[in-house]
Amino acid sequence: MTDAAHSTLPTAALIASRRNSPANAALVKRRYAAERRFKAFGIGALILTGTFLLALLTNIVGKSIPAFFEHTANLEVKLDPAVLAPDGKVDPATLKSADYASLTRATLMSIVPGIEGRAARKSLSGVLSSGAADELRRRVVADPSLIGQTIKVPLLLSDDGDLYMKGQDAGASSVPGIGTVTPSDIKGSITLTSTDGAFKSLVDDLTKAGVPKDADTGAIVLNSNLPSRLVAINGGLVKLQSVTPDGATGNVLLSLKGNEAASGPAWQQTTYSVPEGRRKTNDQDVAIIEKVKETGAIQKGINWRFFTSGDSREPELAGIRGALVGSALTLLVTLVLCLPIGVLAAVYLEEFAPKNRLTDIIEVNINNLAAVPSIVFGLLGLAVFLNFMGLPRSAPLVGGLVLALLVLPTIIIAARAAIKAVPPSIREAAIGLGASRQQAVFHHVLPLAMPGIMTGTIIGMAHALGETAPLLMIGMIAFIVDIPGSLTQAATVLPVQIYLWSDLPEVAFQQRTAAAIVVLLAFLFAMNGAAIWLRSKFERRW
Amino acid sequence: MENRAVDLSAIERIEAARTAQITGAARPAKVVAEGVDVYYGAKHALKDVSVDVPDRGVMAFIGPSGCGKSTFLRCINRMNDTIPSCRVTGKITIDDQDIYDPALDVVQLRARVGMVFQKPNPFPKSIFDNVAYGPRIHGLSTNKTELDQIVQMSLQKAGLWEEVKDRLQDSGTSLSGGQQQRLCIARAIAVSPDVILMDEPCSALDPIATAKVETLIDELRSQFCIIIVTHSMQQAARVSQRTAFFHLGTLVEEGPTQLIFTNPKDQRTQDYITGRFG
Amino acid sequence: MTVTYFAALCALTLAAYIIAVRRSSAIANTANGRQRLHSLPTYHGLLAASLVIFPMIAIFALGSPILSHEAATNALSHFPADVQADAMRAGATLRDIRNLAAGQHSGEASDALRAAADSYNSTSTQGAYILLAAGIAAALLGIAIAFRLISPQFRARNHFEKVVNVVLIACAAVAILTTIGIVASVLTETLRFFFDPHIKGRPTVTDFLFGTEWNPQAAMRADQGDIKTAYGFLPLLTGTLLITFIAICVAGPLGLLSAIYLAEYASPKVRAYGKPVLEILAGIPTVVLGFFAALTVAPMIRGFGQYLGLDVASESALAAGLVMGMMIIPFISSLSDDVINAVPQSLRDGSAALGATKSETIRQVVLPAALPGIVSAFMLAISRAIGETMIVVMAAGLAANLTFNPLEAVTTITVQIKTLLVGDQEFDSAKTLAAFALGFVLFFVTLMLNVIALRIVRKYREQYD
Repeated sequence: MTDAAHSTLPTAALIASRRNSPANAALVKRRYAAERRFKAFGIGALILTGTFLLALLTNIVGKSIPAFFEHTANLEVKLDPAVLAPDGKVDPATLKSADYASLTRATLMSIVPGIEGRAARKSLSGVLSSGAADELRRRVVADPSLIGQTIKVPLLLSDDGDLYMKGQDAGASSVPGIGTVTPSDIKGSITLTSTDGAFKSLVDDLTKAGVPKDADTGAIVLNSNLPSRLVAINGGLVKLQSVTPDGATGNVLLSLKGNEAASGPAWQQTTYSVPEGRRKTNDQDVAIIEKVKETGAIQKGINWRFFTSGDSREPELAGIRGALVGSALTLLVTLVLCLPIGVLAAVYLEEFAPKNRLTDIIEVNINNLAAVPSIVFGLLGLAVFLNFMGLPRSAPLVGGLVLALLVLPTIIIAARAAIKAVPPSIREAAIGLGASRQQAVFHHVLPLAMPGIMTGTIIGMAHALGETAPLLMIGMIAFIVDIPGSLTQAATVLPVQIYLWSDLPEVAFQQRTAAAIVVLLAFLFAMNGAAIWLRSKFERRW
Repeated sequence: MENRAVDLSAIERIEAARTAQITGAARPAKVVAEGVDVYYGAKHALKDVSVDVPDRGVMAFIGPSGCGKSTFLRCINRMNDTIPSCRVTGKITIDDQDIYDPALDVVQLRARVGMVFQKPNPFPKSIFDNVAYGPRIHGLSTNKTELDQIVQMSLQKAGLWEEVKDRLQDSGTSLSGGQQQRLCIARAIAVSPDVILMDEPCSALDPIATAKVETLIDELRSQFCIIIVTHSMQQAARVSQRTAFFHLGTLVEEGPTQLIFTNPKDQRTQDYITGRFG
Repeated sequence: MTVTYFAALCALTLAAYIIAVRRSSAIANTANGRQRLHSLPTYHGLLAASLVIFPMIAIFALGSPILSHEAATNALSHFPADVQADAMRAGATLRDIRNLAAGQHSGEASDALRAAADSYNSTSTQGAYILLAAGIAAALLGIAIAFRLISPQFRARNHFEKVVNVVLIACAAVAILTTIGIVASVLTETLRFFFDPHIKGRPTVTDFLFGTEWNPQAAMRADQGDIKTAYGFLPLLTGTLLITFIAICVAGPLGLLSAIYLAEYASPKVRAYGKPVLEILAGIPTVVLGFFAALTVAPMIRGFGQYLGLDVASESALAAGLVMGMMIIPFISSLSDDVINAVPQSLRDGSAALGATKSETIRQVVLPAALPGIVSAFMLAISRAIGETMIVVMAAGLAANLTFNPLEAVTTITVQIKTLLVGDQEFDSAKTLAAFALGFVLFFVTLMLNVIALRIVRKYREQYD
């Protein structure tokens, strides 16, 4: 210790005076500011986490809602005997394989006149789902006496048509034309000429919107990045490609009834305000759908099909029933295996296991197994169950086995905790009455531990229900249309279905993925809710 | 040289205190409680307690367990604030300042009122950092040398310096129980508090460690106002100059220790010190 | 056939139980008054039932693999010797045979295949009958033995309890068997990957561990392209670590601060709402998070990057890392919550009594005291993140870029395992074996992290017990 140190040695009085100095008051202020900051960080972290969760849930629920509805066109279909019973007699086999799509196409043709050319026909058949005729087939097969009649059938729209109805439309609007317009032809590329400047207002509009004039011709050329401009004339529809005040050129989408001049409100100027380049449906599709829509036949309904049918390549036909049944079968195998094994293992470790190295190893092993990545269990399943034991690929049996091994540690740990919570006095009372140790455990301890075990099991099952990665390894990733009927049939499960759909480009499939997620989450919340309910109802404080 | 100077002043103070105690002309009261009531939810834990604690010297709170003595002790540095259901009414002043005044800052109050707990609770840090904790957070040292000095002085006062000076960087938890408790005392006096509260500081210690801590308390009484809660009447008799007896949430009797133990006024005090209940 | 066998098993077990219960009751009520049995009739019944059920299960468990092996050998004898000798072709052929036998074969089947399938089916059927007969015989033998054993002195309960004990031990051993199964399957395939001379294109251990090129897909068109097959593990490692690092950067502060807030500051009411938020987040399947990452977060980050003039890959590491961070927030917060709560209140009181504010107490006393536990929580979270599959499968890329730029696409170990193993391919190619080698690395790394973390936690718990 130096003399210098002596001179600065703080005395108790000095310290006490520092404590009460104004400088210290400032420090206290700073300390409280730090306190508030720290607390704010804590709240902020919690709120941010909550926001993440909320964003996730609202995003998915929001995306899923359209998938729970579908649009059908309620159309009158003539059940033409020439198609359904070609040689005049009704044969069940013929009825089943008949070309119902031609009947629905004929109906559409009658509603939307002027379909000419391949593009238009393709668009026409794209309005309805490829499965739309199934409803027709079902009715006719059920009641062949309908043949020859005209019946009203709800026909499912295709995914694009459905999405169009769900708000992804082109923003079509029409205004009556002014002046007189003469079409040069009724189909193909035509010109529309006007002697009294019928297109002047359109040209003004486009110029105002900044669309440049072609330097050579002086015409305004439209493209797919601009709203589509059409002219409805003489019962047909023309999509304009270039416009001058006195004329326009365009392609006929729906052919005209004639090429006579039309004036005044007899022709209309139609606009699809969403540019074609930003829509899934082209102008030809829109023209047809708008025609069907005008008839008022399109109705919105709940998409029950989503719950009652299996997977499909067509989004509007795809459903989750196959995946739900697959999940149920898989979980059944898991439950049947891991509940007894888990409980008995827990009973052994908690009640009978001698304290030795082996028991220690088992304990450590269970704790570590609980944290092994799930995909490694998939590798185990692939190597042992599929390659070594030769069990069938993609089967709920194998999926259940793998998931059972996966959730076994969870269940053992939960069951041990539940057994441990039963006070030793119960055991001692039973043994004191002359019961064997096993009788004490199985007659008295286990029933008391059962609520806790069930809670743990439900949580383990919920975990298994949401598990995907190990099931991919054992091939439960195939495209399977059929509803699985047995444990060894190829199947898929709900999370894998979600994964499969999420990879598909169609918007409608993305919506269905979100809808499948909503169903999955509903099941998970229900299971966890049941576990919480069980815990609160049977929780016993000793 | 330094040490001797301290010793001399200490002896003077002890003499002064002893004189004051014997003559009954006590120093002005440091802590004054008037009509303090404490409620835990609906439970009325402390009823209308009024007591004066003199500056310098040791005052002991005794009484059977659950009598409210610890509760009262924890009112003096407002540690009861950490219990949500706890409500304190009445008035407690330290140096004529109301400590339940809303304008008063509890952080600064606790810097003035140190506390030692029943079980030694050194922080899981080095011995040095344990003692330096208070001076650091309250900004009581301006440089490293000063901090070293404060730590050394506190450990010296707590009678621990000789035992730990070579291993200041060892963990505080590596000390023995008695050493840990003296470390906690050193930690408390490092901020030079006005009052030190001790909540049964020896109950978790063996007899030898207890004797050391008691000696330490005796040495510190010349510099601090010490309030000690104890369940041991012998300890109260050994270390304190004044004693207050609590029973069922009320302060039954308070006075010079010798008087309480030899000639209690109240029958309940008599019964307690003669071992009829406890 | 399996169904029949197990139906027989159930019926015979029940029969054994009833016979033994009847017989012991009858002995108990003999003509010269009530004779006392040592054990209740139920225990005689249970012992008899276990004498049926366990031999029958054993016969099935042992017989089935032999049977399928026999069937496979017989079926393969319809093919030339070179097919049988080549393990890879034999395996492929066998799969075809099994598919055809099960009626699931796609495409036209050759005559040899048809014959093999027929032979496979007939061997299977015959074998199943033999198995059934053996099982029934064993069961009858068991019933006979049990019947003979029944006497007033016979300690059926003690014997049955011994059986139960063995069953209990067997159940507890399943966990060990699982571990052995994992290690054995993953390790053998890994060793084959490195050392089996039959595998074409296998790398050396050094190539694998220190190679900077990962291109296993080239294996399929080795004869036509110039692209070299490469099994360099480093890009996968850096990709995994990059995504894990991003995830920890998100989840570490958020999880820890949430835990601190819930444990130290929150009123019971806030806790009642805050905890479920974390629990719900923990319960969301990773496939859902992957969907969110791929379809919402990734485009958002890309759009934001474009707005800032950055070139962000559509499958950027950042998107996968962010969402994986969301996934592990609950892990870190609940584990940290536990360890913070395990810090004794006396330390908080001691600090508060010295005039420390709450945050000073937390930062300078509680957190240092809880540090080992928090470290282990982070280690467990890292192991979770490394082993997580679906988020990265859906949101991270396939291209193995050796980069630390979070805006680029990287691939991870788990993504590659999934990519290598999913789809139709030969099982015994270097490509699939590579997946097992990756699985081995994954298992080993996560196991180490877990073992160390659990050990730290255990030590920490002991300190404050």
